[in-house]
Amino acid sequence: MHIIIIGNGISGSTAARHIRKLSDHKITMISSETEYPFSRTALMYIYMGHMKYDHTKLYEDWFWQKNNIETVNSHVDHINTDQSKIQLSDGTLMEYDKLVIATGSKSNKFGWPGQNLNGVQGLYNIQDLKMMEAASRKGIRRAVIVGGGLIGIEMAEMFHSRQIPVTMLVREDSFWNIVLPQNESQMINRHILANGIDLRLEEELLEIKGKDGSVSSIVCKNSTEEIHCEFVGLTVGVSPNIDFVKSSDILTNKGVLVNSNLQTSVPNVYAIGDCAELSSPKEGRRNIEAVWYTGRMMGEAVANIICNSSESYDQGIWFNSAKFFDIEYQVYGQISVVLPEGIGTLYWEHPSENKAIRINYEMASKSVIGFNLMGIRYRHTVCEKWLTENTHIETVLENLSLANFDPEFFNEYEQSLMDKYNAINRKNLTLKSKRKLRLVENFLQSDLND
Amino acid sequence: MQPYKSIAISSHHLKEDLPFHQKIALSLVAIGALIQIVFWVGNITANAGLWLYSSLALIVGGSLWYFREQYKDTLPGIKNNGVLFASLTAKGTLAWMLGVVLTGFYVVLYWFPEYLGLGGDGAANSGLVALFDPLSMLLKGKPASQWFVYGTLYTLIIFLMGVKFIYKYRHNRYQVYRTMSIIFFQTAIAFILPEILVGLNLPYNDFKNIWPLNYYFFFDWHINDLIASGLFGYFVLFWGIILFLVVTPVMTYFYGKRWYCSWVCGCGGLAETAGDPFRQLSDKSLKAWKLERWIIHSVLIFVTLMTVSVLVTRFTGFSRIFGIDSYTLSSWYGFLIGAAFSGVVGVGFYPIMGSRVWCRFGCPMAAYLGILQRFTIKLPWFKETKRMSKFRITTNGGQCISCGNCSTYCEMGIDVKAYAQRQEDIVRASCVGCGICSAVCPRGVLRLENI
Repeated sequence: MHIIIIGNGISGSTAARHIRKLSDHKITMISSETEYPFSRTALMYIYMGHMKYDHTKLYEDWFWQKNNIETVNSHVDHINTDQSKIQLSDGTLMEYDKLVIATGSKSNKFGWPGQNLNGVQGLYNIQDLKMMEAASRKGIRRAVIVGGGLIGIEMAEMFHSRQIPVTMLVREDSFWNIVLPQNESQMINRHILANGIDLRLEEELLEIKGKDGSVSSIVCKNSTEEIHCEFVGLTVGVSPNIDFVKSSDILTNKGVLVNSNLQTSVPNVYAIGDCAELSSPKEGRRNIEAVWYTGRMMGEAVANIICNSSESYDQGIWFNSAKFFDIEYQVYGQISVVLPEGIGTLYWEHPSENKAIRINYEMASKSVIGFNLMGIRYRHTVCEKWLTENTHIETVLENLSLANFDPEFFNEYEQSLMDKYNAINRKNLTLKSKRKLRLVENFLQSDLND
Repeated sequence: MQPYKSIAISSHHLKEDLPFHQKIALSLVAIGALIQIVFWVGNITANAGLWLYSSLALIVGGSLWYFREQYKDTLPGIKNNGVLFASLTAKGTLAWMLGVVLTGFYVVLYWFPEYLGLGGDGAANSGLVALFDPLSMLLKGKPASQWFVYGTLYTLIIFLMGVKFIYKYRHNRYQVYRTMSIIFFQTAIAFILPEILVGLNLPYNDFKNIWPLNYYFFFDWHINDLIASGLFGYFVLFWGIILFLVVTPVMTYFYGKRWYCSWVCGCGGLAETAGDPFRQLSDKSLKAWKLERWIIHSVLIFVTLMTVSVLVTRFTGFSRIFGIDSYTLSSWYGFLIGAAFSGVVGVGFYPIMGSRVWCRFGCPMAAYLGILQRFTIKLPWFKETKRMSKFRITTNGGQCISCGNCSTYCEMGIDVKAYAQRQEDIVRASCVGCGICSAVCPRGVLRLENI
């Protein structure tokens, strides 16, 4: 059987790797971005000089050949599902038995005047990074970043690392507060400002002005202020990169529509990662989850589905992570911006450092539903187990040290959170567990025996 | 992609020009160094004390000021900005120049100490060695040797670059404590205490230098020296054997080889401090890993055979063991491994091959610790096979984004990412537990643990 994978991002490359683990099928992985898979999340570190491109490759180059995964550096123009063929940009036709579409996202542009000028771009793939590098070499006296999300703050950090002044236009009244609760969001606001970024909240882009084909300034919508700049970063989200699919019979909406087996409307064609749109996602989850982890999990799932044809894609417990300049962020389970009816929240924030812990729980059953961490590392497996088992908040608090994943000798703040809970609820709970790997392993294994 | 240049080591400020205060601070260091060079090249001996202490004060004061200025306006956190653009830290011209200078210095130090001013056969010192006579007289009442000069500079560099390291990782207590430990062991145990012992007419001894790193421990002359000095000598012999046979396995069982390699050891100490700007240069390829295992274990076998033959000669009088004269074997070991590998290549190649070339490819002590750290054993009374150490680096569930920072900044050339992205624990013989992979991870994925 010949399996063709379009796209070599984390979804496509994970699919290829797992299909090889499970079978001897012929695998071809096609990408027009790079010859071998690399970590797109690491693009910022290449610009900042922390790493070179080679450091960001997922595996050494020989890995793919050794595992008999053929890599093709080309672009797919068209899919012919009747003949089970794809057409590359040089006209080559390739026949498949199974096709996996994993083409990721493209940066959104909302039709602003001047959005196609030189120096105006998003940041998604390595070509974007090269453009950013070229623009930086020409000289940027100020960069304006439109959008208050993860890519926006990454871009701000990138320019900041090269001493390039940055103005950030954020539509909301606080950074990323469509995802982060208010306290956490405000912590990030303060940190952005502490880094010397010109952060403009409740501000939007009206138009981009150019000179000789390159950006020269932008006009803000609310203040009508004109800001001179040589670069405009459009980081207002991404959408599925599926234009080439639209000429085929495969049904699409925003993304390529798939069922819980990641199968599209056409048999033997699958879609995974950012470009896949689940027709019926799990309750509380989105149809399209354009995050690294979802892509990787779908890649593994599609390999199982193709090779074993038994399992379906299980979205699992939500988790994510990011880093906002120096503040690490981890989330496990459901953390909503506005507390829904019947949901309680326990929040502790360090008085002087950028550290915070939040645990949300159902008021009635007292079972935990989400963990939000700022500047503190928690164990994925431990949090996930508590969430899966609807563990009582007090049991979680008593054993919270099991979740602590900060390096040795770091201050542990579980007691502080506990004190807060005790004060609010007039309880007298104490920490029962210590931060010890042996105890964690015992805890994680305990469900197997139950 | 190389628009930024900076002469700052592991430059954190990518400004094209150094701030004024840093220029002054750097100038003080340069003047301090220049005094030593002038004494060395010009063969001056007058007023050595005054000039030596002025020189050291300028170097220490200037460096501390420089580092303070470098970090005072930065927020705590990982800032490897421009590391792979800067000439010095990305194998550029400056790196090659520094490599040549360091290599040359080691060649002179080991084989041509007279060019440093060592007065052979009872003659008075001159040049650089003479400049350090006053300090040597102060510590042990004897004139300096080239090794005293080297020891002083070595300790000074670990202290100064250690302070810089602490500034750089001030948000990470593991790094701060570890570096304080390194500075303590180098200054007190490796430098001052042995000099004082010599001053008291006792044999020179570094109490944390363990056979087989300390390859001459069982040499005839060394054992004779120890025995000749009575009770103290017997204690040193006893302690040396206990360190190897008991302390090392027990400590490694509980904490992994890091207790030694990145908390105590002097070679490790230099690599962690002065070598820190170069840690990203280690080769991460599978090829390098294969080569590493061959070379380091060959050195371990070499040092074991050599030591056995020396001891057999001592106790039986037979000089030819394994078909080679034991004296020849030990002098070849001293030349090839003790000097050429650990010194010339080990430190001289920092700017080209990274900071742990010796520790990774050559150190027999690291090989021994690595075996204790990595391998499993199954004893009859065990229910299951057990790891010989509790130490491992664990991966935090599915949080890895394969960015590669961990592998890039692993000085031992371990491809940490290869494990992390597959959610596997990292258990590698070579891991010295420096904790930098965990520190540079932007997603909180790695943790050093003792189960």
